[in-house]
Amino acid sequence: MSETVAERPVETPSAPTPPTGRARQALNAMGERWRAQPKWVRWLFGAAGIGFLYYLPYLGIPGLTYLRTDPPPMGHVEGGTNWSATLFTISIYVLVAVGLNVVIGLAGLLDLGYIGFFAIGAYSVAIFGSTNSPVVQAIQHRFGLSETWAVTWALCIPIALVLTMISGVILGWPTLRLRGDYLAIVTLGFGEIIRILARNLDGRSGPDITNGTSGILQIPGPQGPPSPNNTIFGLIDPTPWYFLAITIVLVMMFFVRRLEHSRVGRAWLAIREDEDAAGIMGVPGFKFKLWAFAIGAALGGLSGFLFASRYAYIDPSQFDVTRSITFVAMVVIGGAGNMYGVAAGAALLFYLPERFREFNDYRLVVFALALILITIFRPQGLIPSKRRAREFKDRAEEAHADA
Amino acid sequence: MYDFFNNLGQNTVDGLTRGAIYALIALGYTLVYGVLKLINFAHSEVFMTGTYAALVTYTLLGVPFGSLVGPELPTALLYLLVALVVSAVVSGGLALGIERVAYRPLRRKNAPPLIFLITAIGFSLLLIEIMGFLIPRFLGSQGILPNVFGRERPNTLGFPTLITRSDAFEFLGATVTNRQIVVIVAAVIMMIGLDLFINRTRYGRGVRAVAQNPETAALMGINQDRVIMLIFVIGGALAGVAAVLWGVYIGNTHPNVGFILGLKAFTAAVLGGIGNIRGALLGGFLLGLVEIYATQLTSYPWQDIFGFMVLIVVLMFRPTGILGESLGKARA
Repeated sequence: MSETVAERPVETPSAPTPPTGRARQALNAMGERWRAQPKWVRWLFGAAGIGFLYYLPYLGIPGLTYLRTDPPPMGHVEGGTNWSATLFTISIYVLVAVGLNVVIGLAGLLDLGYIGFFAIGAYSVAIFGSTNSPVVQAIQHRFGLSETWAVTWALCIPIALVLTMISGVILGWPTLRLRGDYLAIVTLGFGEIIRILARNLDGRSGPDITNGTSGILQIPGPQGPPSPNNTIFGLIDPTPWYFLAITIVLVMMFFVRRLEHSRVGRAWLAIREDEDAAGIMGVPGFKFKLWAFAIGAALGGLSGFLFASRYAYIDPSQFDVTRSITFVAMVVIGGAGNMYGVAAGAALLFYLPERFREFNDYRLVVFALALILITIFRPQGLIPSKRRAREFKDRAEEAHADA
Repeated sequence: MYDFFNNLGQNTVDGLTRGAIYALIALGYTLVYGVLKLINFAHSEVFMTGTYAALVTYTLLGVPFGSLVGPELPTALLYLLVALVVSAVVSGGLALGIERVAYRPLRRKNAPPLIFLITAIGFSLLLIEIMGFLIPRFLGSQGILPNVFGRERPNTLGFPTLITRSDAFEFLGATVTNRQIVVIVAAVIMMIGLDLFINRTRYGRGVRAVAQNPETAALMGINQDRVIMLIFVIGGALAGVAAVLWGVYIGNTHPNVGFILGLKAFTAAVLGGIGNIRGALLGGFLLGLVEIYATQLTSYPWQDIFGFMVLIVVLMFRPTGILGESLGKARA
């Protein structure tokens, strides 16, 4: 094994592997032309792309944006209500994918219990922000506050971020020293523990915190708890929610992008490719893995936070393991390690079932088949990161050399 | 606390029975891990498929569903034997199929371990969907397969009564039922059989050799692929046996039955030392006991949480488990 590593030609990111096939050649040529453009052209295109994202809800392409369940388009909601709702759903899952990509794609830690962080984020806003939550009611009672008192929505954001980051560290501290496959199983257990906690902390089996299976109502949005007076962030029109979500997604993608290209990001890549070698080079593996976990957890929590505020109601059954596996599926299918790839994966996995509702029952079958086929035939994902694609190729060549 | 000590004997018996089932499933994880250093995540769904195979067998044999009284004892044991064989064959075959379709191509490509895990998750999900959704929709309702699969997901199916529940004997204030005797006896026979197989036969020696050092074993003329197929079949067959015993003791199944149970069995394997056959047995029984004691101290809804907590604690303080992890080095 060791001599094959030594023989491996030294490749730098600026020297891509020779392209094979016409389509790939064309793609590479396009990439070259893109990189050759002056900076302001690239900025302009980027800005246009972002503008297009904000225009999406008003895009009315029959068959693409009119979903089957849409009421006929009316008023100013150009694309129909459910198109915007789908866009909102997609954007919160893109956020999940971006966060999970930090953990799986960049640091190489398979986290199967990501739903746990999503649930903690959702429950933070529910427990502290809703007048229906037992905790808020207890505080009202204890301090003699009025019955409408609850923590404001904006204040719930830092609470959710802190809680999810702490839970990420609590989960990561004992488990990140483990081998990758153990970690996967432990995180799976963690996700399930969070769901069981949410179900059991109902005042009968444990202290009353989450209302158990009855769930928490009246979860606030930016304009406070749901009421007919909410002019912008109401329960009916999802378009402003989409704008909120996509803004958060873009900001977070920007941050993750910067992080990826910083010392931290390079440390993650080094750990993913060979933790021992990284350790010898002076990269403290445990510390950076813990960072990846905490940052990934915070992003998942933020997504859960948006989910809970939008729908104003959550209960434990929404955080089951199937959804957790769907999260992993979007990252793997999209192409772990490439932020745009996983975002595309998330968009695909949540747009297609909405568009083809008559096949919605088969959603999980398709996910399962996609996971199997992708891992066997295209383990780098649909839109892989270049570096990761090379890693897989290297390993396959090593296997050939051994055989 | 009073309840705890009062029910200690009964809980011990119940915990050991559960533990026997955990141990049988844990053996599947441990065998595969011992040889391939791979967590066969789809193993829990192999078990789940085994429970469905048993259900179909009972239906084809004409065992009446929904009655509290089972057939005569000799007939019941015959039915049980048939179900054990069918279920073991189906589960073993399925495990082998997963190995051939999913794991072998990945091994050829020298894929990173996480890729194996993701494929296995895909297979788990696929099996859950086949049993819980595709078969009820397309085959069950058409009468192609006996309609034991019931409605489309989520759906809990009851097993027929094979052995009329009765108390066999009292032991230290605990009542042992005849079902518990069947489960423990069958499980112990399988475990002893496996232990002998691994330690005393040529095939077992091959398995141990590959676990110890695959390359040297290959040089000594051991066909590695055949050993790998063998352990998948054995692990799957044991899961099939566990599935039938589950039907006798717990009496119901559903498409997601494998998920929690698989995690617990995996915990049992890690607790005893994954890759170590006797460790899996010890871990299974211990976990069964811990779980039932802890549930007695708290309340029923918390039952499923203890397995995970044991897992996390073991991995923190002794990741190699109680007996240490090795299929090759130790005697078992």
